[in-house]
Amino acid sequence: MTTLEWLSDPNPKSRLQARAAQGWLAWLRFRRNPLAMLGLGITLALVLMSLFAPWLAPHDPIAQALSDRLQPPLTAGHWLGTDDFGRDVWSRILYGSRITLYIVLLVILTAPVAGLVIGTVAGYFGGLVDSILMRITDIFLAFPKLILALALVAVLGPGMVNAVLAIALTSWPPYARVARAETLTVRNSDYIAATRLLGASSARIIWGHVMPMCLPSVIIRVTLDMAGVILTAAGLGFLGLGVQPPLPEWGLMVSAGRKFLFEQWWVATMPGLAIFIVSLGFNLLGDGLRDVLDPRGAGR
Amino acid sequence: MALIEIENLTVTFTANGRQVRAVQGVSLKVEERQSFGLVGESGSGKSTILRAICGLAPVTGGTIRIGGKPLADPRGKAFSAQVQMVFQDPYASLHPRHTVDRVLSEPLAIHGLPGTDQRIEQALSDVGLPAAFRFRFPHQLSGGQRQRVAIARALMLQPDILLLDEPTSALDASVQAETLNLLSRLRAERGLTFLMVSHDLAVIDHMCDRVLVMQHGQAVEELSRETLAAARMTTAYARALFAASADRMLDP
Amino acid sequence: MSLLSVSNLRVTFDTESGPVQAVRGVSFELNRERLGIVGESGSGKTMTGRAVLRLIRPPGRIEADQMLFDGQDLAKIPESRMRALRGRRIAMVMQDPKFSLNPVMRVGHQLMEGLRQRDHATRAEARSKALAALQAVQIRDPERVMEAYPHELSGGMGQRVMIAMMLIPNPDLLIADEPTSALDVTVQAEVLAILDNLVKTRGMGLIFISHDLRLVARFCDRVLVMYKGKIVEELAARDLLHARHPYTQGLLNCLPRIGGSREPLPTLDRDAEWAR
Repeated sequence: MTTLEWLSDPNPKSRLQARAAQGWLAWLRFRRNPLAMLGLGITLALVLMSLFAPWLAPHDPIAQALSDRLQPPLTAGHWLGTDDFGRDVWSRILYGSRITLYIVLLVILTAPVAGLVIGTVAGYFGGLVDSILMRITDIFLAFPKLILALALVAVLGPGMVNAVLAIALTSWPPYARVARAETLTVRNSDYIAATRLLGASSARIIWGHVMPMCLPSVIIRVTLDMAGVILTAAGLGFLGLGVQPPLPEWGLMVSAGRKFLFEQWWVATMPGLAIFIVSLGFNLLGDGLRDVLDPRGAGR
Repeated sequence: MALIEIENLTVTFTANGRQVRAVQGVSLKVEERQSFGLVGESGSGKSTILRAICGLAPVTGGTIRIGGKPLADPRGKAFSAQVQMVFQDPYASLHPRHTVDRVLSEPLAIHGLPGTDQRIEQALSDVGLPAAFRFRFPHQLSGGQRQRVAIARALMLQPDILLLDEPTSALDASVQAETLNLLSRLRAERGLTFLMVSHDLAVIDHMCDRVLVMQHGQAVEELSRETLAAARMTTAYARALFAASADRMLDP
Repeated sequence: MSLLSVSNLRVTFDTESGPVQAVRGVSFELNRERLGIVGESGSGKTMTGRAVLRLIRPPGRIEADQMLFDGQDLAKIPESRMRALRGRRIAMVMQDPKFSLNPVMRVGHQLMEGLRQRDHATRAEARSKALAALQAVQIRDPERVMEAYPHELSGGMGQRVMIAMMLIPNPDLLIADEPTSALDVTVQAEVLAILDNLVKTRGMGLIFISHDLRLVARFCDRVLVMYKGKIVEELAARDLLHARHPYTQGLLNCLPRIGGSREPLPTLDRDAEWAR
């Protein structure tokens, strides 16, 4: 039996096969959207870049070479030019992708998870629990995101981990909102009633029945927010409150290049382009995922 | 002693500060192994009675006793091993992202029962589904097949009482016949007690020994199967309902 | 000449796993009479009704050798001329009035909208026509219903309003898709009686789509029985009990009857041959 037959067997023999077949169908639907495939390509390229940065980078991203400073793009050995310390911009962007990905991963592992838990619990129980959790959410939402992140970093001190913490703390409320709205639509459904009638605990229902229904909207929201997270991280770096020099963080690189933007434009523009392309990639991916994952979409 | 005793049950919903009395002082008794029908039109409160038994609707007055004992609140695991329900819409009562296997193994996991594989295979064959359906998702099943899965789920814990909320009204006529036959067979085999809700008097008549006609949340008239067949009802509403349903029959 | 003449109608949906034919070569004639189309879910009966009005969205496709309505081939005329026919000459009543009426607009406004825009009637004219239409569907206090929002009406009342709205332009053909299945049995009879009376007095053609064979037999003149996108049997309603096709017989027998036996109900043994 070939893998393809195994995936499209109408009568799966195991849970794993059933799940894989569903994934395969989703992939078939996703594949038809060229823009989403472009987004996926950009995201994959980011991952590969960061994984293989030491092999891809022609130069050390941190070592200074003052004799080579501010070389324009397409000079021999520095095809994206060098910055004011003579460091290769392309190598710095490659290593910078590691930092970007690290921030993105840490934020994904914290903010949406917290938002999902808070939102589903609030939505499922309703009443007082809902009021308290949602008012806390409202309070966090009432602050502008970047300002709150700035205040947090100012208190905690600059640095990459603190920047991630600040971003995560300011970005969970929308996920809680999304998850709660989704929970409200499922909590009165017959399948939840049937499960409750089987004697299931609230934790079991929330974890096994409510969360899987909220997950698609949260995942879509996450991919659409990733661009914002990268921009906030870059913004914090730009303001000197995120990753500290000499680490090659993209926002920091833009910040360093702004002093000579008109004479040596490439120093700020190249990392800026990197931020732009990666943000675009995540947005396109999010749009594509919405078409595939949304349970209200066609084919269900 | 009757297995299900409902005395003077009142269910009042409060929505946006307004009170809606869905059920007003309804009493009924269902003997063990009996099949009891609740019939009425939309808004008559017939489904609400089932939901109140399960703790899915607020009991604001009266008592419900199962086996002589008043129900605990919340209902708890002992209740779920005794009473189960089949819902009206098979498209809404199965989780869209759970396989049949997950749906049927869940009750076993909750109650810590052993022998999952063997029990699921048995359950599928009991409701007349091929074992190959075990790892399918609900959207890969037809309406009738879904309803069979829902019935299998309700029977996983081997309850004594099955509450049936319009179990066939979303199904095609031929599938309805198959599902009703399945329910009758399971009742005979397992000695189940049925409390069944329907808007279709013919379905209720086919399945039930006694019928309670309801309107606007109140009990109108209780009929035995014989009085129903002979059209010897005494209230005007029960008669009107009978006339409208009998009208659907094509007299040769 | 008949009012509507459909020959070899096909409705195809292009899906990921290839084209799926929902209607596979349906042909029928309709005069100023009541034609019932019966079948189970997925038999293509609803798609047939919608295809006549060309109300099928992509990925669905409608093809037909001919769909003649009053000298015009509905399969070929441009969308602009189709729009002029919809509502005015051919009207449709759907299953659930909840989804067919605009929830944020008063009933009276919705009734008068068409008259005002299509026929350029004055306010007073439109209002009197709307009131008359409501009276025609036996609504006792039309003034109150005009001022109501759809959610304030019961299911039966909502369906009457729908019928009234569809009948205002005096269409030649009415397509009713399960118009009573969302209603209670006691209300069902009233709505059917109203529909019946209107069809008779105005001399309309009616296509009545339903899953309920007995209801259709009682209400229509002629019945088409559909199975998997094809017409398996066409017969006069009074001959229904002498239906020859095993599918039709099966559909008739599998319903329980009050006072019937407690034996297992006869079920339908589907034959692959029927779908050929």
